[in-house]
Amino acid sequence: MLRELPSQTAGPYVHIGLLPVVAGIPFEPERDWGAMVGPGVHGERIRIEGTVFDGVGAPVKDAVLELWQPDAAGRFPGHDPGADPAFKGFGRVAADLSTGLFAFETVKPGRVPYPDGRLQAPHATLLIFARGINIHLHTRIYFEDEAAANAEDPVLALIEQPERRRTLSARRELRDGRVVYRFDVKIQGPEETVFFDV
Amino acid sequence: MENATRAFRPRDRAWHPPAFFPDYKTSVYRAPRLPLVSLGATRSELTAPVFGHSMIRATDNDLLVNGRVDGDPIGPRMILFGRVLDEEGRPVPNVLIELWQANAAGRYRHVNDSYLAPLDPNFWGVGRTLSEPDGSYRFRTIRPGPYPWRNRVNDWRPAHIHISLWGAALCQRLITQLYFEGDPLLALCPIYNSIPDPAARERLVARLDMGESLPHDTLAWRFDIVLRGPRQTFFENRPEGA
Repeated sequence: MLRELPSQTAGPYVHIGLLPVVAGIPFEPERDWGAMVGPGVHGERIRIEGTVFDGVGAPVKDAVLELWQPDAAGRFPGHDPGADPAFKGFGRVAADLSTGLFAFETVKPGRVPYPDGRLQAPHATLLIFARGINIHLHTRIYFEDEAAANAEDPVLALIEQPERRRTLSARRELRDGRVVYRFDVKIQGPEETVFFDV
Repeated sequence: MENATRAFRPRDRAWHPPAFFPDYKTSVYRAPRLPLVSLGATRSELTAPVFGHSMIRATDNDLLVNGRVDGDPIGPRMILFGRVLDEEGRPVPNVLIELWQANAAGRYRHVNDSYLAPLDPNFWGVGRTLSEPDGSYRFRTIRPGPYPWRNRVNDWRPAHIHISLWGAALCQRLITQLYFEGDPLLALCPIYNSIPDPAARERLVARLDMGESLPHDTLAWRFDIVLRGPRQTFFENRPEGA
């Protein structure tokens, strides 16, 4: 049996490879890696925004984040028949180099089954890469207004301390009539975000 | 069903660098302190974005050409090639391989890099490709230079190329770095040495391959990539271009 390659940090210049335009390189400038939705997309359009904070509470301004989720009906693009053709399921964005704020424009994901057939609560998977992160961080974004679904979610139930589950709950707000979910990530500290080993 | 046929061995976290590695100072405040929560993969982790050949342009894997303005980039020309395999040794096709690197002087084309070494007007240092049906891949580039970085007072990164990999399942996602055989800076590098097992570190070292080198033209370096593999069955064939 072979073993997978060991991970190494993505480093401070990760944008060159993953989001060249952010680094200042016109390698395919027309590609918008953050554009997850097209015209006519089904479901509730939402914005997910937040900041990754390090152990001293400073924003991680050089992070690159990737989001993967099903469409509004719980179908994964490229995998499930009938998946919404106006929805990509995948987004990649950089934290703002001066503020650390990141944002995805997407739709509220539908529910997908757990291996035993129970339904998981709506969620998106978030991967975080940055200088100083030796192996990427893997977390999930849930939605605070899905209380009933969250209460029966088999993955949230794996988190031993119920108090920690709320670190995965995005806060819903309305801004100029648009739905914005706030999801901050805290790498360390009393409110340390739950990260997964899959 | 997918869930019945795809299963991954647990990722051996002791094979990977620990999140907290004090010789690499930035990791001290960017490392989670609480245990990771173990999660058996669900469809959210067993699926992944599908990247089709339609997104790959002819010069995307040719860094000697893709950033060219008025001449060739400066530095030792090199071919980087190898295969993408899973842990069972099976080729993995359609893996999105993205890479980035410094130029021959050790300078990145990035708004945040202020090293005094010069930029190369004909070199961007970014490339990408998809692995072929037999798992093979190939790039042309120049060999990157070492450079100093702010960690301990006189830390230098060995020459390296960053590699990002998207396989068929999110739980195979990996970003790592490739190094060069015989580099004396490897022994001194806290990032390379954050990997605890010497056998694991060796896996990141590309080997000179004279058989693939082009006489009077370009040296070749072989680097085989292994992703986590499903332990029972092959991946389904994935549709392209979605």
